[in-house]
Amino acid sequence: MTTGISEIALVLEDGSIFEGEAIGHVPENGIAVGEVVFNTTLTGYQEVATDPSYAGQIITFTTSHIGNYGATVIDNESRRTFARGVIVRDLARRHSNWRSEMSLDDMLKKYQLPGIAGIDTRRLTRLLRDSGSLRGAFGTADQKSLLTAAQSDPGTSGIDLVSQVTTQEKYTYGDGRFSVVAYDFGIKSTILRCLSEIATVTVVPAHTTAAEVLAMSPDGVFLSNGPGDPEMVRDASTNIRQIVEAGVPTFGICLGHQLLSRAFGGHTFKLPFGHHGGNHPVRNLRTGAVEITSQNHNFCVDPDSLSDVAEITHLNLNDNTNEGMKLKKYRAFSVQYHPEAGPGPHDSRYLFAEFAELMETR
Amino acid sequence: MPRRNDIHNILIIGSGPIVIGQACEFDYSGTQACRVLKSEGYRVVLANSNPATIMTDPDFADRTYIEPLTPEILAKIIEREKPDAVLPTLGGQTGLNLAMALYEQGLVGVPGTPELIGANAEAIATAEDRDKFKQAMIEIGLNVPRSGIAHDMDEAHRVLTEIGLPVIIRPAYILGGRGTGIANTVEEFEKIARDGLDASPIREILIETSIVGWKEYELEVMRDRADNCVIICSIENFDPMGVHTGDSITVAPAQTLSDVEYQRMRDAALACIRRVGVETGGSNVQFALNPANGEMVVIEMNPRVSRSSALASKATGFPIAKIAAKLAVGYTLDEIPNDITKMTPASFEPTIDYVVTKIPRWAFEKLPGTSGILGTQMQSVGEAMAIGRTFPESLQKGLRSLEQGRLGLNCDAGEALYLKYDNDALLKKAAIPTPDRIFEVGEALRRGISVESVHDATKIDPWFLDQMQMIIDERQQLEGRSLETWSRSEMKRAKRLGFSDGQLAYIAGTDEDTVRRQRESLGIVPTYKTVDTCSAEFAAETPYHYSTYEDENEVRPSSRPRVIILGSGPNRIGQGIEFDYCCVHASFSLRDAGYETVMVNCNPETVSTDYDTSDRLYFEPLTREDVLNVIAAETHAAGGVPPKVIVSLGGQTPLKLSGLIDPALIAGTSPHSIDVAEDREKWNQLCEQLSIPQPPGGTAVTVSEAQTIASRVGFPVLVRPSYVLGGRAMQIVHDQDALARAMQQMATDGSLGKEGGLSAERPVLIDRFLEDATEVDVDAIRDATGEVLIGGVMEHVEEAGVHSGDSASAIPPQTLPTWVVEVIKAYTTSIANALDVRGLINVQYAVLGTTVYVIEANPRASRTVPFVAKATGVPLAKVASRVMLGATLAELRHEGLLTDPVEGGHVSVKEAVMPFNRFPEVDTALGPEMRSTGEVMGIDRTFGKAFVKSQTAAGTVLPTEGMVFLSLNDGDKPAGLVVVQRLRELGLGVAATTGTAEYLAKFDQPVDLVVGKLSEIENTSLDNAVDLVAQKRISFVVNTPHGRGSREDGEAIRKAANTHRIPAVTTVEAALAAVMGLWEQRNTEIEVRSLQEYHGR
Repeated sequence: MTTGISEIALVLEDGSIFEGEAIGHVPENGIAVGEVVFNTTLTGYQEVATDPSYAGQIITFTTSHIGNYGATVIDNESRRTFARGVIVRDLARRHSNWRSEMSLDDMLKKYQLPGIAGIDTRRLTRLLRDSGSLRGAFGTADQKSLLTAAQSDPGTSGIDLVSQVTTQEKYTYGDGRFSVVAYDFGIKSTILRCLSEIATVTVVPAHTTAAEVLAMSPDGVFLSNGPGDPEMVRDASTNIRQIVEAGVPTFGICLGHQLLSRAFGGHTFKLPFGHHGGNHPVRNLRTGAVEITSQNHNFCVDPDSLSDVAEITHLNLNDNTNEGMKLKKYRAFSVQYHPEAGPGPHDSRYLFAEFAELMETR
Repeated sequence: MPRRNDIHNILIIGSGPIVIGQACEFDYSGTQACRVLKSEGYRVVLANSNPATIMTDPDFADRTYIEPLTPEILAKIIEREKPDAVLPTLGGQTGLNLAMALYEQGLVGVPGTPELIGANAEAIATAEDRDKFKQAMIEIGLNVPRSGIAHDMDEAHRVLTEIGLPVIIRPAYILGGRGTGIANTVEEFEKIARDGLDASPIREILIETSIVGWKEYELEVMRDRADNCVIICSIENFDPMGVHTGDSITVAPAQTLSDVEYQRMRDAALACIRRVGVETGGSNVQFALNPANGEMVVIEMNPRVSRSSALASKATGFPIAKIAAKLAVGYTLDEIPNDITKMTPASFEPTIDYVVTKIPRWAFEKLPGTSGILGTQMQSVGEAMAIGRTFPESLQKGLRSLEQGRLGLNCDAGEALYLKYDNDALLKKAAIPTPDRIFEVGEALRRGISVESVHDATKIDPWFLDQMQMIIDERQQLEGRSLETWSRSEMKRAKRLGFSDGQLAYIAGTDEDTVRRQRESLGIVPTYKTVDTCSAEFAAETPYHYSTYEDENEVRPSSRPRVIILGSGPNRIGQGIEFDYCCVHASFSLRDAGYETVMVNCNPETVSTDYDTSDRLYFEPLTREDVLNVIAAETHAAGGVPPKVIVSLGGQTPLKLSGLIDPALIAGTSPHSIDVAEDREKWNQLCEQLSIPQPPGGTAVTVSEAQTIASRVGFPVLVRPSYVLGGRAMQIVHDQDALARAMQQMATDGSLGKEGGLSAERPVLIDRFLEDATEVDVDAIRDATGEVLIGGVMEHVEEAGVHSGDSASAIPPQTLPTWVVEVIKAYTTSIANALDVRGLINVQYAVLGTTVYVIEANPRASRTVPFVAKATGVPLAKVASRVMLGATLAELRHEGLLTDPVEGGHVSVKEAVMPFNRFPEVDTALGPEMRSTGEVMGIDRTFGKAFVKSQTAAGTVLPTEGMVFLSLNDGDKPAGLVVVQRLRELGLGVAATTGTAEYLAKFDQPVDLVVGKLSEIENTSLDNAVDLVAQKRISFVVNTPHGRGSREDGEAIRKAANTHRIPAVTTVEAALAAVMGLWEQRNTEIEVRSLQEYHGR
């Protein structure tokens, strides 16, 4: 709202135009481009902005005030940001919280994340809800160039985004009792923290072979979250299948859930606008209990395709999509949502304990 | 888990009269509960003493008992109705306390008695008993402030020694923080602890470390019987700890919590509801957070639907009370669909893409002697809520929703009040929480005092202050430049920051209409967004809208004929739930008749702002600008066909707007007629034409004009401003000096002054005051054919001079001769015809001897409409709204909506409920300025019995033993003689002041105790009344104020009675009615009977 802010536009592939103001990093060529999605969480903008699963995407925050409590390094979900940009209604001019180390605007600049503020984010959200995720571009460039950029963006289907976000080198985290190898398809820090409470975690690159993993004789293997289309994560199915068939207890989250499902014959498909938020009800089909969950995915597992090999364990009560499964013959289970939260409710953290139990009874 | 089939018959306990801390939010929750349980096929029995509520409409329950809410009466209802279950969690603290009392008497919640559903006795006790609650929280690892419990002053001092000052003192089992306070010194501690012990029904107080200045939060939690828990809403207080939540500006969702902190709070709230053991329903948990290090403590938990639940429901669109009622009868959250999306279940946590700000409204101007300082005891009488896309927008909308003459955050004529303070003085003032603090903070920021300095003084979070600074910055950007030079983007930015056109006009030095035209010429018009529980993730079926300035408008087109009903805004003394009742009834009846109804209101407590009530809801301020915008949006949605607008059901708020809206749109009585009734000159002419006598009087703008009129008509005179409701600033004056003072006050001080003082358009009315006259109120409806339906004639118990809102009144009249009632009916018909009324009219009369004087006529819904409807069985508001849209009474009779009044066989008494127990410094004598917050109704076979019920319901316990103290003015002494005779027959003792005792002795009625006057106490050995009251040697006080001269004695006695909670009446008429009632009631059992039985349904 201060003067001197440049007025820029967001243009979607369907030609819709939104006027706003530039915030954060100034993108190269004056254009930030990606698949536009919306996230409905009320708190946790920093965790969302640094979540590697948003690679290739521009995140719209539906909550109107963003940046109020600033940012702090320990709330980052990864070493840097992988999203292409953020869209907000109002960026706080001044932040206030005893934990904060910098403003969100400074954080966006530090991690080179462009943003646009002052947008009618509700109009944008309604549009994305009705027409599905759309590619978009924003920046100082003229509207025609922005439209061209939006229309020529490859989107997230049929693209290998995992290679862009995975660690290049393996590393270890924590000193818990079990030894767990975690595949990094774009792993969030909060997952690592949750795992470290039960295990010493060796984080390995996404394309590490099953043989290399099995050679480490882990108590369990973890399949992380990550961005984009599960079909495009090369060799994942083969590696996962070999590890699971070798009897290693395996736990997957989000993309990890999709990859585990695909490894055993499951199909995945893209949802119209995905699930991105912290308030989705999920039923644990074994107990009947409803958990309020953190969600961030565009692709989804078709539960019918798993009927022979897996027990469906969790169901999304908003749209009845699949949220979790457990292999019938093997010691492996996975969920589509984010039991680690970060951001989001802690209702489902019991799943890490279940993973520990699975390793315990090996 | 589906609906329970093992219970069939459920008793719902309502919350009784509107009092500070317990307002119409419980009508909202109770109405929802009744509707849900009835539609689920249960037999619903309702007990509530408040006739103004919508829930007590006989359609909402199978059996509606408008009876006093005491354990004895409820026991009788239970005995009569034999419910399987009692639902106590939707009737506020009253409902909960009654349930506990019944449980302790073994009447509910134990085998063989009705089951307590929602929360059981153990859970209620754990949450409500301060010590149990603290232990429970420690048990689950949550921090609580260091504290101790005391039951007497010795114990209190021991606790203080352990904890050290400053401390906060909270009595157990109270609502709205009554008796709570912060002590910084031992002296303060003594006083607050003592008051707290007195306030607690179990004489227990909690003394805890003061954490004044910490940030305060509240989470609304729901739980079902499968142990699924969800948070409906997080609320952050703008005012830090130290100000009661009910008196704080609050904001949803919480704004300055990171996810890490929020989730920790969420975990704590869920652990809390589980540990306390609330089985099903809603609860709220309050937290305080140390802003320096994030240390979090639990403050308290309410195991029931609360004021905050109503706010959270309106803020999110998630109907907490409705869902709580379903959970109480066995459903689980995932079995209940989300009302708004229809497609998704209720087992989720709402997420919102806007900011909600709630701002309380106080009534200190009506309570002289109060400090006006806010603290841990709630003092506000109402609240406004506003929705905007950002905090600045919602704050400014909220401030203008208060209708206290302010247009937003300053930038209006009212800001001049702060100019007289220098910077230091201003900051010092802002450091003390008062209703003006928000404006003082705004002024400080405008002067360039830094956010840091303001934060240091007030502890208000810097984020909120900076958001306010953005409003100030925008003002400074625009100030000093003419309107034409403001760019489109500047204008749009200002509107997005919530500036009203009025504020912009003030900044630009022009008028509101010019700003509006300029704004519209720049293409800047509001867009309406939808409250949908989900931030647009799913399509919303429910058109619940708020305005903002963005790209997209979400109002859907529709071609049905539509009616906009303007609501009554925040509750205040003089304008409360009664008007919401009328608006809601209009909406129901017009919906039934095929109209599309559109409600505009900004009061989150009400049924009218339930998205279910009307076809569309606009949660908007009731100012001209906002209302014209809604009319424009609705006209646009209907393809250019304008709607009809109802202005006469929401009290003075919409009525004030009637002249500012296109007269062609107004449904019902024309603005011209409204003006004739309000304009003194025109009204006088009309009465003269009709040959209806009026007390002599005139209008004045200056003191000398006033004095001329008074000399002409003779003292005493009644002095009142025009265009106000509830007798604001109304006084009876007895001499020229007092008249001059009264005129001066109205011109300068208080809220009238803030709104621009007196002018030719807003003169003062001065009338001869008719002493000892009987006051009568009539509600009537007239249709276009000229038929007039007399709804009810109410005779006041108190004499004319006591505001009708504060007076008890009876239907049918008890002392008036039949022919006088006929004259009153004839006058009413004649006035209604002369004003060409279409809809409701209320006329007030004073009967002196054989003359019926008309005092005033108001062609609109009055406060008494719901009472009359319940007394007679005629749905006046429903009928009137149809008449306003053109139906005739004959048609409505044919349709079956209008039936003949149920007369004979019963008497209904309405009694006012006063807020004095919260303001011990205030004189309790009744006068022409209304001060009651609510009302109750007593209904029985005779006037006496009905009056006793009304007193019991209002909390005035009439004596059946002990000593009654009388101090009467000379005019009241003959009636006092009758009172004493009756008291003797009832076996009660009598004490009286010397004068009264001497008079009684002349008629052979010696008193048991002669009491000295305070002023003479030095020279006498007599006891004085204040001491007798303090020592509780007196069980009832009858003290009537003297017309002129020294009033100090009476005032001191009344204050003492108030402080020590000794029931008192201040008119001899009330004393007569009370003794008559007691006499009739003696040796008989109180009987209860439902409204449906009285109405013969």
